[in-house]
Amino acid sequence: MGYKGSSQKFLELSGISIGDIIKITKNNVSYQGILLDRAEDPDDKHIVLKLDSGYNIGIDVVGALAELVTKGDKPNLELPPLDMGKDVDKPDISIVSTGGTVASVVDYKTGAVHPAFTADDLIRANPELLVHANINGEAILNILSENMKPEYWAKTARSVADEINNGADGIVVAHGTDTMHYTSAALNFMLDTPVPVVVTGAQRSSDRPSSDAFMNLISSVVAAKSDIAEVTLCMHAEEDDSYCLLHRGTKVRKMHTTRRDTFRSINTLPIAKIEKGKLKLVDKNSNYKKRSNENVQLHDDLEEKVALIKSYPGIEADIIDYHIDKGYKGIVLEGTGLGHCPENLLPSLERAKDSDIPVVMTSQCLYGLVNMNVYSTGRKIVSAGVISVFDMIPETTYVKLVWALGQTENIEEVKKIMQTNIAGEIGEKSSEKYFLN
Amino acid sequence: MDYKKLGLKMGLEIHQQLNTEKKLFCPCKCELTDKKPDYKLLRYLRPTQSELGKIDRAAFEESRRKLKFIYESYDYETCLVESDDEPPHPLNMEALEIAMIIASILHMNIIDEFHTMRKQVIDGSNTGGFQRTGLVATDGYLETEYGIVKIENLCLEEDAARRISQKRGKVVFRLDRLGIPLLEVTTDPSIKHPEQVKEVAYQLGQVLRSTKVKRGLGTIRQDLNISIAEGARVEIKGVQDLDLMPKMVENEVKRQLNLIKIMKELQSREATVDNEIHNLNKIFKKTESKIISKALSNGGNVLAIKLGGFKGLIGKEVQPGRRFGTELAGYAKKMGVSGIFHIDELPAYGITDVDIERIADHLKLSEYDAFIIVADEDEKARNAIMEVQRRAKTSIKEVPEETRKALEDANSEYLRPLPTASRMYVETDIPTTVISKEQINDIKSNLPELPNEKKQRIIDQYKLSEDIASQLVRLDKVENFEDIMSTSKLDPTTVGSTLAYTLKELRRDGNDVSRLDNKMLKDTFALVEDGKIVKEAVSEVIVGLCNEEGSPEQIARSLNIIMLSEKEVEKIIDEILFENSKIVEERGMGAIGALMGKSMQKLQGKADGKLVNKLLRDKIQNIK
Repeated sequence: MGYKGSSQKFLELSGISIGDIIKITKNNVSYQGILLDRAEDPDDKHIVLKLDSGYNIGIDVVGALAELVTKGDKPNLELPPLDMGKDVDKPDISIVSTGGTVASVVDYKTGAVHPAFTADDLIRANPELLVHANINGEAILNILSENMKPEYWAKTARSVADEINNGADGIVVAHGTDTMHYTSAALNFMLDTPVPVVVTGAQRSSDRPSSDAFMNLISSVVAAKSDIAEVTLCMHAEEDDSYCLLHRGTKVRKMHTTRRDTFRSINTLPIAKIEKGKLKLVDKNSNYKKRSNENVQLHDDLEEKVALIKSYPGIEADIIDYHIDKGYKGIVLEGTGLGHCPENLLPSLERAKDSDIPVVMTSQCLYGLVNMNVYSTGRKIVSAGVISVFDMIPETTYVKLVWALGQTENIEEVKKIMQTNIAGEIGEKSSEKYFLN
Repeated sequence: MDYKKLGLKMGLEIHQQLNTEKKLFCPCKCELTDKKPDYKLLRYLRPTQSELGKIDRAAFEESRRKLKFIYESYDYETCLVESDDEPPHPLNMEALEIAMIIASILHMNIIDEFHTMRKQVIDGSNTGGFQRTGLVATDGYLETEYGIVKIENLCLEEDAARRISQKRGKVVFRLDRLGIPLLEVTTDPSIKHPEQVKEVAYQLGQVLRSTKVKRGLGTIRQDLNISIAEGARVEIKGVQDLDLMPKMVENEVKRQLNLIKIMKELQSREATVDNEIHNLNKIFKKTESKIISKALSNGGNVLAIKLGGFKGLIGKEVQPGRRFGTELAGYAKKMGVSGIFHIDELPAYGITDVDIERIADHLKLSEYDAFIIVADEDEKARNAIMEVQRRAKTSIKEVPEETRKALEDANSEYLRPLPTASRMYVETDIPTTVISKEQINDIKSNLPELPNEKKQRIIDQYKLSEDIASQLVRLDKVENFEDIMSTSKLDPTTVGSTLAYTLKELRRDGNDVSRLDNKMLKDTFALVEDGKIVKEAVSEVIVGLCNEEGSPEQIARSLNIIMLSEKEVEKIIDEILFENSKIVEERGMGAIGALMGKSMQKLQGKADGKLVNKLLRDKIQNIK
């Protein structure tokens, strides 16, 4: 409960608890309504009342008198289970939820929003899902995506593998959007999947009628039925509710803090578009891994001690030294331009090499290839043993190094893994079409 | 009508746009635009699921047949907040302050902490699918000539997007209006007389206008709640003209009384509404009715229902020029059809006596039974006739609670059922705002001058007549008046009556008085003060300002009404004396009369007669 200090005392003295209908009298005015919980951050002086009109107000407890009108029932949002049966003609799709709200239930009596995770919840909120598939739901984590970390990627990968082993024809992973592209990259490296694995989320929470969750979720289910057996990321393509794009999970990035079409393919085109429940390839010649009957393979060993460091004018070498001293096993540098950092870092980069700590160079330009041969600084950086990874974006590079160090401790092998395309993360060839689309 | 006996009760709800620098939750200007939109966004809305126990089949159907919403947006006039692609910015404190000022004038209790709520609205008028709104104050009152009216609530909310057009499941809105701060002031339903409701609306308008609110068409919207004891609560939306309010009340009372009369008659006839929907395609195979043949040739259907015991009542007038049939048609039209045919208006519209007989036969109608026909695409026609059925069933039992739309002729038409309990929950993207006692006290000790106080003050201060003063207040010209008086030594009545009456008359005569600003008026009055024009020429100059370019002086010059200086007058008089030296010699001072006439003719009114007289007298005296 969010009440503390004087408001908590006031409620205790008045014998009132959350959910009760109470009457508060203060000066010459009185308010009647349901006592609601208070968010944790605001002050401790006010209590929150939901009036009959539906409006919430905060009342300063100083000088207020509270009377209990009716003892409230504990709000119960347990809904009876759905018995949907199974349509043998439809594929089985599993929705694995890691957090964020792909679906929610709003309790209008108290105004509380409850995230919905189970398959039943999802179907209640999105009955259209049943048009496309038999839906199985699994809530494996409940964390905000900024709190994601490598161990949760591994847990997610294992759950996905379990679902595939249990016969799912495709998987949708519901995820918060902030670090969704890290997870989609990580799943790509950890899973060798015979069926589609589609990561999705929402920029507008699902408790609002305008949420993008519904279209993203439906489109993801459609993608999960397709023959694109990779880990992809499916989100709105435009500010319009027109269609979704299916991005390669290793070459996609969140590019806007709030827009629905925040996710963009970087240095490549999206694989497919999904419009009105139909999937169409964006580029007919595009290469993707096709659905098969093989078993899913899981490579979920990760090395968490990896840092992602951005180079900037004035950066000092002690930032690199700190990570070496702290026992980090790998460093990704987000360099400037073609893949540079100031010369004053060179001794520390040499030190990293001597300590068998791979340093991998990417570019904060995001678009284009890293090339350290053009300028002298670049060549010096190469001599210091820094690994160049072509057009791989910084976030994917970080994820891949976490994974590569989990696969081997041999620095030469790590270098080889980092420079070899495994899951579409590296493209050798650039195109006019790949910039700012 | 004896309203007291009828148990008439009314409440008012006023929505007023505020004239703040920015919108309620984003930095956009509170201005509408007619520019071509830079973007058109396509969106869908769906109700968020509430505490549903099972899959809601209706919601499922609804979501498959959903409306498309198109939002017109702009590069600079609107931003991502309006298009629901960015969370709201913090609450506009200027708007909250104006709300608190108005709450204080209305003797309301301002709450301790403001919470922004989301009120679910999925008709597309809000991009998020909800309107943001918050309660600012409760329990106030307003004194009127008819007694005290309680003001229940004052809310601060965001205005909705502007509806531009609608066709075939596609509704177009413009985002310019979305998010303009709006005050909602609600009275309790204790208003008892039609004239009182007008008075309350007027008084509330005056209170609102004493602060920073928007002026002009569409910036204030009044909704009227009306009920009589035997009738039902009806909300009439969008009453524009205050003068129309009493008539509107009268017409609504009439409507309810007539519906009650019809209900009683139906009850005494033991009327029934048949559940069966009949297909009459065969009967109308070769019809002369254009509407029906068009529906059939488009693959649609002619559907009919039987209304047992309704004959003769459907054609009964319920409001001036509107029949019970119009009420039924209103429900049908909501489903997208253009109208209905009912037995009481037939034969007509190409439906013949023969057709009627065949229908009567088909439906097995008795002498007192009626029928209603709808012809359109199957689904539309079916939905429409089911709505008519529903409304007809209600008519036997009661007057239905409805939301109706105000029409310009003081009638109203069906809009939708009354909203059920508001689906409200908290807006989690906006922190709550604590309102301190100091802030409230500060506002209370600096309240703006109310219209009546203002009127009394200018009467006392400038010795204006009651009529001029109240006109200036009513027309909102007091500020202009005082601005002019701050630099002018002219008598206040001249300035006041120009602002109160002359401008109005000039506008009535077709002059574009909107071109005038206060500086122009000030400069015009300065001409009088400097003796350059006569007081009577002010309106002539103002007409010029309305229709031509140029300063007041330039216009006065081109009108040739600039007064001559004393020297110029003297020169002309010298000339006249010279030309008429004979008469002066002969008559001496007796010549003044004749020369006065000649002088005034030559001066063409551009000199003061007193001055001319004085000059002539002095000069003739000197000649002698």
